[in-house]
Amino acid sequence: MPTIYVDGQQLSVKEGENILEACLNAGIDLPYFCWHPAMGSIGSCRQCAVVQYQNEEDTNGRIVMGCMTPVTEGARFSLSADKGTEFREAVIESLMLNHPHDCPVCAEGGECHLQDMTVMVGHRDRRYKGLKNTYRNQYLGPLISHEMNRCITCYRCERYYSDYAGGTDLSAQASHDHVYFGRHEAGVLESEFSGNLVEVCPTGVFTDKPLLKHYSRKWDLQSAPSICTGCAVGCNIAPGERYGKLKRVHNRFNHEVNGYFLCDRGRFGSGYVNSPLRLDYAGLRKLDGSFQAIHQQAAVDTAAEWIKGKKVAAIGSPRASLEANYLLREWVGKENFAAGFSDREGQVVHQIAAILKTTNALCPSIKQMEAADAILILGEDVTHTAPRVALGLRQAVRNKAHQLAEQAGLPKWQDAAVRNLAQDQRSPMIIVSPLDTRLDDIASELVSLGADDIALFGSAVAQAIAGQPSDNSMANRVAELLKEAERPLIVSGSSLLNNAVVESAAAIASALKDSDRQAMLSYCVPEANSLGVALLTEESESIAGLIARASEIDVLVILENDLQRRISPSQIDQLRSAGAKLIGLDVLENELLSICDLVLPAASYAEAEGTLVSSEGRAQRYYPVFTPAAERMPSWKWLLDLPTACGHSEISKLTHFDQIVEACAASCELFRPLTKVAPDQGFRSHGLKIARKTHRYSGRTAINANLSVHEPQQPIDHESPLTFSMEGINRDQPASLTPFYWSPGWNSNQSLQKFQAEVDGPLRGGSAGQRLLEPQTETFKSTASTTNHFKMQPSQWQLVPIYRVHGSEELSAVTEEISELAGEAFIALGAVVAEKLGVGEGDGVIVSHFGDDQSLEVKILTRVAKNCIGYSAGYAQTLDFRVGSFATLAKDPQWQRRTPQLIATDGGNKRPPNDWQESLHV
Amino acid sequence: MLSQLQTMWTILKHTFTKAETVQYPEEQPYLAPRYRGRIVLTRDPDGEERCVACNLCAAVCPVDCIALQKDTREDGSWYPEFFRINFSRCIMCGMCEEACPTYAIQLTPDFEMCEYDRQSMVYEKEHLLINGVGKYPGYNFYRVSGLKTAYKDKGEAKNEARPIDVRSLLP
Repeated sequence: MPTIYVDGQQLSVKEGENILEACLNAGIDLPYFCWHPAMGSIGSCRQCAVVQYQNEEDTNGRIVMGCMTPVTEGARFSLSADKGTEFREAVIESLMLNHPHDCPVCAEGGECHLQDMTVMVGHRDRRYKGLKNTYRNQYLGPLISHEMNRCITCYRCERYYSDYAGGTDLSAQASHDHVYFGRHEAGVLESEFSGNLVEVCPTGVFTDKPLLKHYSRKWDLQSAPSICTGCAVGCNIAPGERYGKLKRVHNRFNHEVNGYFLCDRGRFGSGYVNSPLRLDYAGLRKLDGSFQAIHQQAAVDTAAEWIKGKKVAAIGSPRASLEANYLLREWVGKENFAAGFSDREGQVVHQIAAILKTTNALCPSIKQMEAADAILILGEDVTHTAPRVALGLRQAVRNKAHQLAEQAGLPKWQDAAVRNLAQDQRSPMIIVSPLDTRLDDIASELVSLGADDIALFGSAVAQAIAGQPSDNSMANRVAELLKEAERPLIVSGSSLLNNAVVESAAAIASALKDSDRQAMLSYCVPEANSLGVALLTEESESIAGLIARASEIDVLVILENDLQRRISPSQIDQLRSAGAKLIGLDVLENELLSICDLVLPAASYAEAEGTLVSSEGRAQRYYPVFTPAAERMPSWKWLLDLPTACGHSEISKLTHFDQIVEACAASCELFRPLTKVAPDQGFRSHGLKIARKTHRYSGRTAINANLSVHEPQQPIDHESPLTFSMEGINRDQPASLTPFYWSPGWNSNQSLQKFQAEVDGPLRGGSAGQRLLEPQTETFKSTASTTNHFKMQPSQWQLVPIYRVHGSEELSAVTEEISELAGEAFIALGAVVAEKLGVGEGDGVIVSHFGDDQSLEVKILTRVAKNCIGYSAGYAQTLDFRVGSFATLAKDPQWQRRTPQLIATDGGNKRPPNDWQESLHV
Repeated sequence: MLSQLQTMWTILKHTFTKAETVQYPEEQPYLAPRYRGRIVLTRDPDGEERCVACNLCAAVCPVDCIALQKDTREDGSWYPEFFRINFSRCIMCGMCEEACPTYAIQLTPDFEMCEYDRQSMVYEKEHLLINGVGKYPGYNFYRVSGLKTAYKDKGEAKNEARPIDVRSLLP
């Protein structure tokens, strides 16, 4: 460890880091803009200038950039030398020359890195009397607002968007003091990770557009540590609430999982929490089919009356918490509990769970995936099924560049140099999929195969690794590439609903492990708690099985599960006619609830506590951000009250959330670590609970004054170590309890570094969550033999699901902005098929599938396996399409092409209709 | 002894000075324009609400008696959807006025705001907003800010150059 001297202070620093990192690690505040812990240094903003001295005698020194200067043994620096402080102040002053007088009407105000740094260097008075540069803004879609005037040209946006996230449509344009960051023309940003621009931009150029509509300042938000429910990756988030509405979702750092970034579904998909479709009161269906609102207690009593002494069964939910599913299963008994997967989905997810429990390969975190030096993806469009993982894979292929840099003696943080050195050289990534995927641009090999063929290909690769090459030369090559790697990663998942594909992935990973590679095996599963529910239930009754014997059941409880998405309409009719009383418990109104006899309003993830198990097998806790409005209750509370009212002996002993967690942890060996996921209710930091509100939370004596001037007591949280108040110290607590990041002088999210043990390292309180799955001993051999070879008619096509970040997930799709981006359901064809049918992009085709005809818009694919067509998965119109089944296609002669959305260009002097529609042209 | 005599003398002297007490309310005392009394929200010289809902007044308020919610006009400019002051909590410290970057919130020399019902001390925007500029004539925040509004295009604010043509390579 080299020793350096900063202003005479002796610092022991890490080998290979730069001065800026060394200062931040030592707790010394050195201002910066362009440097980002995840993206390294390029030295463009000149803000972190320090004075370096040659030796002890040197009193003059020279100015160097902190972020570009590596630490060397005995090096001497000064932050306080006049030369440096004056330089830094001059830099800020010049950055501020053109900065508009916008702070009061800027969504960044109060959490602005530029504000913080300006105060830090002491620049106070504006001396420049000239004219300020101005720019026209662009419309960048419904998620991101653009205000170019505020730009300080640090290049962070472009480096994040293009270099880090692989986007192609945002770039630096123009020259000298005209530099402009935007698209070549106004339009929706294409990247699925565009939302991170909001946090990456040190000032207010890119801001959160949905938040802007009903904006609240950071200091006014009540936040709690939470987990994204958009997919199974389990990114850590910090949602913020004010006036009973969920305002925004910000990233919550987890070194192992999401790091600094989220996907757009995670960041913007929570709007459904404020949706008018939310249920407020329990409803009892009357004879005429309408619902009568009843009180919580009346609902519990009614249900108890129905259930007492009768046969009750239940359907769980892969999007509900582990605790709710556990209580429901304990209540109705294992034999009467269906896990809530559709039949094929259940088979695949249960198999994934079984593999992960026994395999000798590592089920990696995203951080571990980023270290992979060869990647094989089997049948999964990761960007749309596990978006944050895909962003990690984009970093993993850069390991080649890091290797080259190491050989050349370049530190990893020398971003521009490392990229220049590597050019287009990447670590191998092989994608085997039926249709094109969003990672195709960084793949070294692309193989287009149908689902069953992917399994065969996977088995061939596994065998080739084990030393039995087949006659498939591509499989042999892939095997060679994987064997050359030290940390090969196999990614597969459930999207093709094909057990053989899942098995073959496990077989490859096992074969690699057996040849002494640090093999990693990661599966994408459909929903936030799919893996948790699969681990909880192991083998359980299927929904179809329950429905088949519905006539023996008196009452069926359905937990947070819209069965329309899982079973066919005929099965729903069967359920309806069976005569069992249906009790539905859900967050949003849906069609299924309208056939239930009793509907109970559940709290969303933002109003409840619970544990979710991510696809990594990491159990993580989320906490209520605010108290549920009206008579909503967390599902686990309903499922505590109902069995208690029915006199269930075990469940009626439980009263608190912690007790449920303990009971759930005791229920099986695998769940033991659940009690360690987060501290229990009794935890205190510095003698206090953790405050959900910031120390600067405003308006406490006025918020509810319109209702009553007599201020009510704050709600008391009996279930968690967090409190709905400002009293508490947001410091030194475990990472799982950090509701927001703030530190004196660091109001922006850059204050995160004050919570990290070291720059870009884990948080001081460790990484949140507990891994439930660690590598075991079993070696998997693929048993893949393509069993179901349908006899295909010449004009039939196999349906392959296309998942979309925006639109495929049930709850987020209700969010206004997400549904706008999701667009209409579509069918995706290869160019050859399209030509055969005589259709092009935007035309319509009639898809005949099990006797149903659907007219859908055509999208053209670039890469497609033989006989495959894609359809938009999870969209209402295509819910009945079954993965892997066959459809016939015909051109729809009556199809009306949708007029393409006009993006306003004001073409000179004409004013665009509003500010967001401004174009680039002057 | 001397000090006691001095005290007595001073008191005696005051017997002949003019009384400061006035016959309020028949007689009204003079209150300077900068007196810190009832809070109002003012309008800019163009007649628009000055408040841009930046939340600085609420943040600085030591008794947290200001609550507001930002909303956006058609043209992108900000304004408060609601603006509430709980005067039963307000201590008339004037920090909100100091913090206000747009001169919207101002304290006035009116202190006669007693109510029999405490609930009536809660003022909403319609009670606070006046039809005038208050103590600061002439200032319109949106004429200075870089944000585009209905009556001001990019580059038309004070000290702003015309928008840059990014497609030009000329120096």
